[in-house]
Amino acid sequence: MRQHRPSTLIAELSYQCPLHCPYCSNPLDIGGEKYRRELETEHWIRTFREARRLGVLQLALTGGEPMLRGDLVELCAASRDAGLYSSLITAGTLFTRERAEALKSAGLDHVQISIQSPNADENDRIAGNRSFEKKIAAARLAKQLDFALTINCVLHRQNLDRIAEVLDLALELGAQRLELANTQYYGWAVANQEALLPSPKQLRRAEEAVQRFRERVGPKVDVLWVLPDFYEDLPKPCMGGWGRTAMVVAPNGDVLPCHAAATIPGLEFANVREHPLEWIWSSSDAFVRFRGTDWMQEPCRTCPLGRQEVDWGGCRCQALRLTGDAAATDPVCRFSRHHDRVISARESAQTDEFVYRTMKRPVRN
Amino acid sequence: MTRPCLATGARLRYDEVREEHLLLVPEGAVRLNRTAAEVLELCDGERSLDEIVGALSVRYARADLRDDVRRVVDAMAARGLVVDAAA
Repeated sequence: MRQHRPSTLIAELSYQCPLHCPYCSNPLDIGGEKYRRELETEHWIRTFREARRLGVLQLALTGGEPMLRGDLVELCAASRDAGLYSSLITAGTLFTRERAEALKSAGLDHVQISIQSPNADENDRIAGNRSFEKKIAAARLAKQLDFALTINCVLHRQNLDRIAEVLDLALELGAQRLELANTQYYGWAVANQEALLPSPKQLRRAEEAVQRFRERVGPKVDVLWVLPDFYEDLPKPCMGGWGRTAMVVAPNGDVLPCHAAATIPGLEFANVREHPLEWIWSSSDAFVRFRGTDWMQEPCRTCPLGRQEVDWGGCRCQALRLTGDAAATDPVCRFSRHHDRVISARESAQTDEFVYRTMKRPVRN
Repeated sequence: MTRPCLATGARLRYDEVREEHLLLVPEGAVRLNRTAAEVLELCDGERSLDEIVGALSVRYARADLRDDVRRVVDAMAARGLVVDAAA
């Protein structure tokens, strides 16, 4: 099979963050020794250049909170020099006029600002931090400085009923894109699964609200709506297929095929301090392990729907978490013999109590 | 559509690695054939549709490229990637 070139580099600049979102996709051990030594500016700049040569077009500057990096303006300029299209994925609380203007001059293309809820009090409760007003000010400033603007809202059962307000807020702020991402259950979201899983009724109502908005507003706001895995019966092509379109660089320089790949025991991650990105993409253990279709077990191997190269077996991290085997078929798939575990997770007891993301591991699990 | 221009954040680029024209947009890329790339290059918010047609017709010594231009502009506008600077 022809090896694909990556189109996206996700640069997790730092796991530090002023927010404490209970569904954060960062690893549970963000405060650990492993992530203490963040990459230097020159490592990132070299990585951006190597990424472009490898075919990467899109650079996502994320974290944690990427604006906590003192060299962010320099990194944006390096991204533009390398020929990449850059997106800043931020909570917005540090997006001051002075820094925003410097980022604009440096060539940053696109700003994505998260909100936790369209209601100020609820936003601040979910974020575990008073941040709503700053986020709104940041969005207005991004618009004023003529950045492409995306509003992102991670959805779960505690904010899903406000979806119409989220849509109207994005329209009012002049966002071109609205990412409505139903929580994916890895990282901190696993610790909070019972407090986050929505009901089928909530999802149906939300989907209808999205549909009505699309009809009313048209292409002015591009609404991305992703149904949570647990309500599907065929898996998604996680990350567009393992080692097929994207690379994630952790703050310490480890390169991962997906945000959560560090949860898979026995995978070896190469580091940009030690290896060229091209080699990491083509030959490192972590990228080779589940690439393509040769690693697949039954029922994927003889998929009755011939979806091997459609969903690429689904999510490895989810397979591991729900079956104990990272090479198993994603149990979201109705042909998986573990599909009942997805159904029972869907029906599991629910609570409204959060375990907030902090630099310490959660107690509940 | 009076004076088409690229939406905020959309950027034309030739990708030397894949050897193709692209319109880069937030977290995505639209692959373009050469005609589409040439049309979009002229969508600067200054030129009218007629002026774009005129400029391309001169370049290719062909009578009328109106339908080609309109097709590209309409398809991109439907996706929100081209907007009217006069609106």
